Amino acid sequence: MKFFSRKFLTLVTSLLGISFICFMLIRLIPGDPILNLVGERGIDPVKYQEMKKALGLDLPLITQFGIFVKNALQGNLGTSIVSSNGVWTEFIERFPATFELGMVALFLATIIGIPLGIFAAIKRNSFFDYFLMGASLIGYSMPIFWWGLILILVFSVKSGLTPVSGRIDLIYDIPTFTGLYLVDTLQSVVVKAEGFKPFLSALSHLILPSIALGTVPLAVIARMTRSSMLEVLGEDYIRTAKAKGMSKRRIIFIHALRNALVPIITTLALLFGSIITGAILTETIFSWPGIGKWIVQSITARDYPVIQGGVLIISFIIILTNIIVDLIYYLLNPKMRS
Amino acid sequence: MLIKVLPILLILALSKPVMAKNFVYCSEGSPSSFNPQIVTDGTSVNASAATIYNRLVDFESGTTKIIPSLAESWEISKDKLTYTFKLRKGVKFHTTKSFTPTRDFNANDVVFSINRQRLPTHPYHNVSGGKYEYFDGMEMGKIIKDVVVLDPMKVQITLNQPEAPFLANMAMSFMSILSEEYATKLQAAGKMAELDSNPVGTGPFVFQSYAKDSAIKFSSNPSFWGKHGNIDKLIFAITPDASVRHQKLKTGECQFANEPSPADVVEMKKNSQLVVMQDAGLNVGYLAMNVTKKPFDNVLVRQAVNLALNKSSYIEAIYLGNAKVAKNPLPPTIWSYNDSVKDYEYNPNKAKELLKKAGLANGFDTEIWTLPVSRPYNPNGKKMGELMQADLAKVGIKVKLVTFDWPTYLKKASTGEHQMLQMGWTGDNGDPDNFLNTLLGCGAVTSGSNYSKWCDKKFNQLVTDAKTTPDTKKRTAQYKEAQKIFKSEAPWVTIAHSTVFKAMAKNVKGYKIDPLGHDVFTTVTVE
Repeated sequence: MKFFSRKFLTLVTSLLGISFICFMLIRLIPGDPILNLVGERGIDPVKYQEMKKALGLDLPLITQFGIFVKNALQGNLGTSIVSSNGVWTEFIERFPATFELGMVALFLATIIGIPLGIFAAIKRNSFFDYFLMGASLIGYSMPIFWWGLILILVFSVKSGLTPVSGRIDLIYDIPTFTGLYLVDTLQSVVVKAEGFKPFLSALSHLILPSIALGTVPLAVIARMTRSSMLEVLGEDYIRTAKAKGMSKRRIIFIHALRNALVPIITTLALLFGSIITGAILTETIFSWPGIGKWIVQSITARDYPVIQGGVLIISFIIILTNIIVDLIYYLLNPKMRS
Repeated sequence: MLIKVLPILLILALSKPVMAKNFVYCSEGSPSSFNPQIVTDGTSVNASAATIYNRLVDFESGTTKIIPSLAESWEISKDKLTYTFKLRKGVKFHTTKSFTPTRDFNANDVVFSINRQRLPTHPYHNVSGGKYEYFDGMEMGKIIKDVVVLDPMKVQITLNQPEAPFLANMAMSFMSILSEEYATKLQAAGKMAELDSNPVGTGPFVFQSYAKDSAIKFSSNPSFWGKHGNIDKLIFAITPDASVRHQKLKTGECQFANEPSPADVVEMKKNSQLVVMQDAGLNVGYLAMNVTKKPFDNVLVRQAVNLALNKSSYIEAIYLGNAKVAKNPLPPTIWSYNDSVKDYEYNPNKAKELLKKAGLANGFDTEIWTLPVSRPYNPNGKKMGELMQADLAKVGIKVKLVTFDWPTYLKKASTGEHQMLQMGWTGDNGDPDNFLNTLLGCGAVTSGSNYSKWCDKKFNQLVTDAKTTPDTKKRTAQYKEAQKIFKSEAPWVTIAHSTVFKAMAKNVKGYKIDPLGHDVFTTVTVE
């Protein structure tokens, strides 16, 4: 119980702190949403003041922050200045796209990265090990923008295997259920009308962006698994197991991997955060309608409510993920409980 | 990994659906709204005014000539204060999932559409934020005195003063006609904001759906009153990256790509499957000198800067040859363009002489703000700034290049913090007033679009008089004279009028480049 109350307190104070910093930072940058809306045209000073007042931007900063917190506590994150839609509505329309892409990318990175890392650790200092570590270094340092365009050129333009960008072939009208196209395209109405073509179309649209987005996590996971495995494989109890004549497979998968997985899970949790926030470039290249692009656009437009609300929701998700990971630790590790 | 996914890929490639009479337009961004009254950006105008709506009068496709649209004809009173529009009969509003019209278009729709923007007391005025930047920016609130219904098929608009560009304003996207019947229905249901997000108009395409940041779908309007191409389904595929739009065009995922980057145009022109159209843009890129700041209050200094810049070298370096050197503030395609105006030639020695005369023989230190966004009128502000810096150094003017991100740039420029700044303009309605008065009139100093803060009494008199002069010949003479004053007073260095490009698949026919920069697909056919 003490564990939970402590975590809850962390959550609340972190969110409040993040909101305050974000709120002030965005207002410290010069420029404002109204002037951005009118662009080259300019605006009459009287009209400008009227609009400022209507948006509540004429109030003292601390009052504005107070209003924001009060509304946020009641579940009201405000309205976008650019589109006049609620921030929550805008978020929920875009989040499934980011989530779907992020999960597929992370899934690919995990199922490929962990076996590669294990293999490299077992074959330490072999050609394969050097090759893999070299490749992962390249993967880690590759600029996503460039990598995305190369993928498009090779797989879409030259060989015609995958579509260039987007989430699904635009001839399909998919009723929104979860917002995840891999799920929504399997609804009975869709399958009845179009068969599995929409599902396959959604899947084919996911291939390139998830490779682009998953490359860095894949490299990280592979390297992390390798070093973690090497560490565990050097432990005394592994030597004992070997001495007792236990099969190699059993040693690696039962005794070593289980213990090596702990730091990997932490890495995965951190990667989840970076994938949710860091998909901006991938989303731009592949015209993926997610929240990374949404936040960046709102910063250039100085759409204050969207920035504040968006950052608050994303922080909440990331902090919550970390708490859940802590909780898993807590349940897994008897030392922590005592 | 590739081996694992390859079989799936092959199945997918084979299962690619065939497109029939679908037209996919790779657009550059997401619309902020579907109501052309409240949007100002080209992206939103393309998705609303150019597809869903009509106006009383419209611009003829590919020109700025005003032609009848929802108004069949109009009469203008002798004193030029009363405009009576005779409306087209039998025009149907769209039938959509949420609305089935029970009556045809009539005068009430016109009154509703204008009054929503004009009257702060109108029930719809504050819906969706209540911002009508275009209506206010064109001063329509001050121009229009009243709008009355004479009979169901006749509307009369009275003005406070004669206004020569009035009809051109009426053809602009913000004067689109919305359905009053739909608005009333939504008001009764308490869903007023839907008027702007679930649009109903009279135009060639019916709005179907919008998936945020992804796609907008339209279907052809079966009861459209005008000429129509053969597109059944019009789809906007939102693709923000220009090089990705190019790739999608190559693979046939879209038939039309908006705003191709100049670097891609070269390759597109070589591709036999694509057609690249180009036309002189209705724009101007310029360097504004803030005349309220020393030493730019001195006309000799401003002229010296004009003489010191080698503009023709910028055309190749910045616009990749796709522009013309500008000598007037308005482009040559607009009537009243004064071709007899002589531009300042590139002459650093003469520039030095003028500086000497101004008492600045040793030059001076100053700043140029470089445009932080890529615009057709100036695709690369930073690089242009560097060229300007080098040119001005030759006459002893030491320039520091400064830039901010776009909102900051606008904010600081509006308060006149700059000394020299790069700016530009794309015309709204093809009227010379929209360049000369909007960008250089005294009124624009306070309203913000006169970035050199230059207020010349004689010039201002000419352009404000011309605004209320009905006689086009007389107006032409006034504008020509104004351009002469502009050149000798030199508040700007006029830099370039750039070329605009449109790229499409070979089988797209009947597309015409709109001088006002919008993409109109009404009469486009796909073979």
